[in-house]
Amino acid sequence: MRQLAKHVLKLVITLLLGGLLAATLVRFAPGFGMDEAQLDIRLNNQSIDALKRQSKEGLGAFYVHYCERLLRGDFGMSRTLERPVAELIRERMPETLKSVALGLLLGWTLGLSLACLTAMARSAALDSIAGIFCGTLLCIPAAVLAILFVIAQAPERLVLAAVAFPQIYRYARNLLIRSMNQPHVLTGWAKGLGNLRLLFWHVLRPAAPQLLAVAGVSASLAFTAAIPVEALCDLPGVGQLAWKAAMGRDLYLLVTLTVLVTAVTLIANSTCELLGNMLGTRHA
Amino acid sequence: MKWARMAAIIFLLTVAGACLLANFVAPASYAYQFREEPDAAVSRHHPLGTDDLGRDRFSRLLYGTRVSLLLAPAAAVLASLLGLLIGGLAGFAGGWTERLVMSATDLFLSLPWLFLLLTVRAVLPLNVSPILSVTITFALLGCLGWAGAARMICADARSVRESEFVLLARASGNSGFRLLWRHVLPNLRPIALAQFWISIPVFIITEANLGMLGLGISEPLPSWGSLLRELQSYTAITGQPVQFVPLILFIAVIGSFHLVLHDEELTV
Repeated sequence: MRQLAKHVLKLVITLLLGGLLAATLVRFAPGFGMDEAQLDIRLNNQSIDALKRQSKEGLGAFYVHYCERLLRGDFGMSRTLERPVAELIRERMPETLKSVALGLLLGWTLGLSLACLTAMARSAALDSIAGIFCGTLLCIPAAVLAILFVIAQAPERLVLAAVAFPQIYRYARNLLIRSMNQPHVLTGWAKGLGNLRLLFWHVLRPAAPQLLAVAGVSASLAFTAAIPVEALCDLPGVGQLAWKAAMGRDLYLLVTLTVLVTAVTLIANSTCELLGNMLGTRHA
Repeated sequence: MKWARMAAIIFLLTVAGACLLANFVAPASYAYQFREEPDAAVSRHHPLGTDDLGRDRFSRLLYGTRVSLLLAPAAAVLASLLGLLIGGLAGFAGGWTERLVMSATDLFLSLPWLFLLLTVRAVLPLNVSPILSVTITFALLGCLGWAGAARMICADARSVRESEFVLLARASGNSGFRLLWRHVLPNLRPIALAQFWISIPVFIITEANLGMLGLGISEPLPSWGSLLRELQSYTAITGQPVQFVPLILFIAVIGSFHLVLHDEELTV
């Protein structure tokens, strides 16, 4: 319980600081306060004065107002798309979450399976082939992978799996090989313990906390890769929205998306860390 | 794996040499348009054909590789120096300073890298001259890429601070700055160097991603991002297989960096 509270506190502080960083970027960006609404002849003097006051407020006041609005669920208006940011996120977040979840599920299944196979087989040839294949995938930017999938007419949603898979494989393989070389595992091996029993009871279980830590990191990796993949494969998700916002210099939208994705990845990381700690304690 | 590392180093040196001599090796300038020959096939004059604007692909590949291979290390130097300064000072100071700096580093690391990069890039003007866009792109990479390096360097600085020779130097009356300058920083050089090498392929890949999204280096100056963007127009019917040459070179260069790094990481 204490650990959970500590994690939540850390999450809140990080988000508040992240929000401050985001607000600073918006407040000091060139063009801040240049609102075309100030030229609207339908507005009376009081409204125009209010708009001018708002554009002249200092960073502190701006940040407080920004947080107030976020807490009320008012994420502001997108300048380029002329729609409420909350509405845009509600519309597009499920698409990204679906892609990320599918990508991670497939990436983990493939990566962990191959890592288990490589670690258990103890075959230099298999290790080299898997290493070269994953190494090559690691050298290809996510944007290029997206294009290659489009050219090959493969399902675009699988690009995230192709991005996550080599990273997962590399970490999992190193972890499992290190576990495999532990004296108690070697003893079990020498005494003729079955491969599966050895893998599940003596290799995967002790490595689970570290694997969970990698799971948290892979969520951040998948969200990051979602930008080029969705932008180039025309998938209507948050990544594509971020790209459109960047091209249109729609900072308010971009900053809100960054804070939101940061929150999602932080929650994923914290959950994985907590689970890892629990497993680690139980195993010890 | 020594032979593979040697081969990787030789390959990287060859590519770097060819790119540095681009002015002599390239058949034309990267921006020169052969207006009568757009989308030309491979020929003696154009070893990789021309693009849809009639520019020689081979020349653009050489100049583009030069931009990425020269500026990614420059950005990596900036990131490593920032990491050395921030991480080194935090690790050397210890206590609250270290905790505060490491919390800031954690915050920086928890922000999704490409989202952060897009946000900061969008703050700055997008329609700028090619030279300014190169400077902005790689300066941004250098300024935002310090956090990982700082974390590693801080951990190393902490262990150096607690080592016996530093204790002896302190007991001999060395002041804080002298201790840092003469005893701590020289011992952080290997980890800073490893971070420098690790950052180069990361920055090259990030620039390629940014370039493909149209947020990297402006035309007509080529970079790997803009060269790989040509694949977007590839179709099975009209596309030429030579369009994949930049991608193959890209994979070979990044793969070589990984091979060199593999040993570099082990030696640190």
